[in-house]
Amino acid sequence: MNQRTINNLVRGAILLFLASSSVYTLSETEQAVLTVFGKPAGDAVNTPGLHFKLPFIQVVNRFDKRWLEFDGDPNQIPTRDKKYLWIETYARWRISDPLRFYQAVQDERGAQSRLDDIVDGETRNAVASFDVIELVRSSNREFEATEELSGVEEGSEVDAKVVTGRAKIAEVILAKAAAITPQFGVELVDVRFKRINYVETVQAKVFERMISERKRIAEKSRSEGAGRAAEIRGQKERDLLAASSEGYKKAQLLKGAADARATSIFARAYERDADFYAFLKSLETLEKTIDDKSVLVLSTESELLKYLKGAGGK
Amino acid sequence: MAEYGRQDPLDPLWDAVADLGKRVRGAGSGGGSGAGVNLSRIRNYVIGALVLLFLFTGFYQVAADEVAVVQRFGRYVRTAGPGPHFRVPFGIERITRVPDKRQLKMEFGFETVSSGTQSEFRTTDESKKESLMLTGDLNVAVVEWIVQYRIKDPYKYLFHLRSVSETFRDMTESTMREVVGDHSVDEVLTIGREAIALQAREELQKLCDLYENGIEIQQLVLQDVNPPDEVKPAFNEVNQAIQEKERAINEALADYNSAVPQAKGQAEQQVRAAEGYALERVNVAEGDGKRFEAVYEEYRKAPQVTRRRLYLETLARVLEKSGSKIIVDQQAKGILPLLQLDSLAKEKK
Repeated sequence: MNQRTINNLVRGAILLFLASSSVYTLSETEQAVLTVFGKPAGDAVNTPGLHFKLPFIQVVNRFDKRWLEFDGDPNQIPTRDKKYLWIETYARWRISDPLRFYQAVQDERGAQSRLDDIVDGETRNAVASFDVIELVRSSNREFEATEELSGVEEGSEVDAKVVTGRAKIAEVILAKAAAITPQFGVELVDVRFKRINYVETVQAKVFERMISERKRIAEKSRSEGAGRAAEIRGQKERDLLAASSEGYKKAQLLKGAADARATSIFARAYERDADFYAFLKSLETLEKTIDDKSVLVLSTESELLKYLKGAGGK
Repeated sequence: MAEYGRQDPLDPLWDAVADLGKRVRGAGSGGGSGAGVNLSRIRNYVIGALVLLFLFTGFYQVAADEVAVVQRFGRYVRTAGPGPHFRVPFGIERITRVPDKRQLKMEFGFETVSSGTQSEFRTTDESKKESLMLTGDLNVAVVEWIVQYRIKDPYKYLFHLRSVSETFRDMTESTMREVVGDHSVDEVLTIGREAIALQAREELQKLCDLYENGIEIQQLVLQDVNPPDEVKPAFNEVNQAIQEKERAINEALADYNSAVPQAKGQAEQQVRAAEGYALERVNVAEGDGKRFEAVYEEYRKAPQVTRRRLYLETLARVLEKSGSKIIVDQQAKGILPLLQLDSLAKEKK
């Protein structure tokens, strides 16, 4: 009884062991190459789930099926116009042919080092054959500018037309690198510029340029302000003189018309007897001009005093 | 770099069970030394343990904001929504939970240390590298932004890319730099902010679709966007200069406004005065004219008498008014020089 149970247990254990070494599972993210003593046996397996194999003899070499990461070596690279840029790229790749992959590079580390050579090399080639502006911009769109900030002349570098542009340059790198990678069972799916910056020394110069550019904008703004203010002050002078002279003109016209009217009224009235008018006017004037300070010297011959000498006079 | 989609917590248990199996096998080869114990009791224990395991590993719960992706022997079989569920136990079906309804966020160029009413942020060397970028006019700007996204397709999210989060960061940085690289520094800093965020969002969504990472971008928002510290003072100077410009213009306008309306008023005053003068002049003329005519009418009836009367009346009024009178006989000659006309005049004062 005891012996039999133990036998059963041992038998069961052996069976379990055999079974467990003749099945394997593949996740959604995995693919595998079976090898016998290091030699690949059959095609690659890339359907997920439960699979069978020969126990002990066949070894499962698992590979990832997903897109895998790759970071380019951050490096300073001279552009065609001799500017040093700090370039960081990233790429994504996948093991498209596990069999070849296994034979050519063994594992991911092997692939990464091959990719280093290929992607970094192609990046350097591409960067070196374009100007800075091509690497920074993607299109020739016109910049929008506010009134305050516009009108600052820009360097020829910036005005240069973009023929290829950043995205296309990345595509060039991808196309060239992707042509090589199938050799070791890898499909390069994307290469992109992650970061493009100036190297330290260039950056200092760029900052200087930015500062001088800003100073120029500031100066322009200030002088625009002064100019506008002067213009307004000039307008003020003009409007002041216009207003006062306009007033004077209107006043004179009004006065002139009134004077003319008065003259004609007077003339019409007095022409009836000019002599009498003169007489009345002289009397009026006489009355107005004599005041308490006046000294009158009267002759006894005068009309008023002629009776002083005797009634009836001469 | 937290990948969303965590393995089932029970999974390590399976590894432990497998381990135990190995040890049993090891013990088997060592010979049955403990053969004397009560086997049926052990069997009961084993069956009891198996039943418990069956229950523990068969049922699982999915929270409201997540789904569970179920894999049988590694193969994807289904996605389970929130609520209690059953799966094939003993590790045959394994689940990965993915928070597909939660809005997730990534920060670029800064890190939130603690969030609350007054959130704390900090920038590290790495985040500084993230935020420094070239603009289309070959200037440099420091751009900080956030991306809010959702896992739209858990299957793709889990199975299409390894290190999805890291890839997503790379994609976002690359996209943002590409968009900023096509805008001028002034656009990046001021007028183009919204357009840039919008364009970056669209491009990033396109890239996500290309990469099939199952992510849906909900928002991309530019946070602090600054010129680099070294050139900040110069940028501030521009703002200052713009203020100065406005001030100069405003002062001149104030000047204008304080003078011109007054001058216009004064001109108007001149005109009104002239109108007054004109009225007066005409009225006086008419009045005088009428008066003359009236007097003339009477005068015409007896010209000589009236003339004399008028003369004498006037003279009378004049004499009454005047200060000194000197009456000189016609025959008396040469007396004028004797008169102290000055003193006479002074006396009156």
